Amino acid sequence: MKIALSRIAHARSGDKGDTSNIGVIAFDPRHYPLLVREVTAERVKQFFGEFVKGKVERYELPNLGALNFLLFEALDGGGTLSLRIDAQGKTLGAALLQMEIEASDSELSV
Amino acid sequence: MIRIANGQGFWGDWLEAPVRLVEQGPIDYLTLDYLAEVTMSILQKQRQADPNLGYARDFPPLVARLEKLLHERRVRVIANAGGVNPIACAQEVRRLAPSLKVAVVVGDDVFERLDEFLAAGHAMNSMDTGEPLSTIRSKILSANAYIGAFPLAEALETGADVVIAGRCADAALALAPMLQRFGWKADAWDLLAAGTVAGHIVECGAQATGGNCQVDWQSIPDMANIGYPIIEMEPDGAFSITKHPGTGGRVGCDVVKEQLLYELGDPKSYIVPDCMADFTTIQLKDAGPDRVRVSGVRGRPRPEMLKLSISYAWGWKSIGTLVYSAPQALEKARAADHIVRERLQQLGLAFDEIRTEFFGVNACHGPVAVANPDPPEVQLRIGVRGHDKKAVDRFTRELIPLVLSGPPTGTGYGDGRPQVREVVAFWPALIPRDLIRTSVEVVE
Repeated sequence: MKIALSRIAHARSGDKGDTSNIGVIAFDPRHYPLLVREVTAERVKQFFGEFVKGKVERYELPNLGALNFLLFEALDGGGTLSLRIDAQGKTLGAALLQMEIEASDSELSV
Repeated sequence: MIRIANGQGFWGDWLEAPVRLVEQGPIDYLTLDYLAEVTMSILQKQRQADPNLGYARDFPPLVARLEKLLHERRVRVIANAGGVNPIACAQEVRRLAPSLKVAVVVGDDVFERLDEFLAAGHAMNSMDTGEPLSTIRSKILSANAYIGAFPLAEALETGADVVIAGRCADAALALAPMLQRFGWKADAWDLLAAGTVAGHIVECGAQATGGNCQVDWQSIPDMANIGYPIIEMEPDGAFSITKHPGTGGRVGCDVVKEQLLYELGDPKSYIVPDCMADFTTIQLKDAGPDRVRVSGVRGRPRPEMLKLSISYAWGWKSIGTLVYSAPQALEKARAADHIVRERLQQLGLAFDEIRTEFFGVNACHGPVAVANPDPPEVQLRIGVRGHDKKAVDRFTRELIPLVLSGPPTGTGYGDGRPQVREVVAFWPALIPRDLIRTSVEVVE
């Protein structure tokens, strides 16, 4: 079934220049494999659409049950250049948590 | 074990936080992080206007407020408040708090050395675009190397009560007292990485104690009195993150995980001047109320190059807003946006970018915002950015006339026309570390 990512994970996002970083963390480390399978760089890129002009890279931190995403050219120039209200991408973590992922009952009840 | 607390996550953070950290429980060191990437350029301009300025002006009065307590509680202060003028900062601290001994780290400021570097063949290409520095040479406002913790430890070694640096790596503020107290060596990569991870956790202040935390945020206690983070570091590199008892906020593995991931790049290679820390080796454990135990951190050798923080005058921008109410608030705001854009086009003005956001509908989350088709009110937020100041200035005249000449219910223009702001952009580059020479000066 489809669930919102926010059901199994929390997130924090920040910036380095025009690159946004989003850390996605499983509430329960046992759901980490689900994150790895469902929240791919491609899907994150697709989810944000026109918001992210560049590529999306994903890094794995199994020790924290977490993934780190780098979204390039995602902040309208970033820092002082950006005309966006959220020039630092502070809210992009919360945005990503709305993404739907596929998970079975048995995977969720581990 | 030593206790290192961070009382400021950026210049503009809560003024009471550092005072409460000293008052409300035992700490040995108080660190204060004032510098963001763009702060250096602002400070450079202040120094150009007045040679006695160019540092974080909140810092000397804070130290003066703490003067007596620092002696009583034997707390030493380490801050990057020096900006582009650390000596002037130290002199002002001495003027306001004459009983404190102040040591300053200098040598990070390479503004005057850029031509020397270029002549020696260091192109200082942008790490973002690959372009050579020569393309912006005449527009540069400031240039500083990110220095590590060893010069700060040397400053502590003088016995100073207050150590002031300019542009150091944020995590170096916390690492410095560990080097000085525990005698950690320059090639003890695992220890340096552990100290760096500790510094990273606390460098954004209350983001390590429940601030800006998404996990059950409504349940985080007493955020009005949130406690700022404290590192309890052991000589072997294992440490705890905690806060003073009785303060607000929450310290737990979930909070610390969020902060570990904040502004992180490749987790296997978190690069600071003193080492590379591998964030995939960090082990966390809840170790009692508001206490997280951190262990297992592994590091690798330091980089051969140091990062330069260069700022330059890019151009101009302006952002203006107007509010429209229901009915059809969003339609009205869209219509107003079209009118402004058509008028700008008729004027033949050239901009690098014109950007529109509908605040209340899609400003933060853009294309992935949850649909809100008929909001009671919408703020039109339209901005332009360009190299031609006249064009940007003309834009500021085009928004407010719509109150009379555009769609109905336009309001919220009480602050007048929008301001033109200078855009100072950031140019990250690399320089061989042996070119950066730091020294410590004691200001008596």
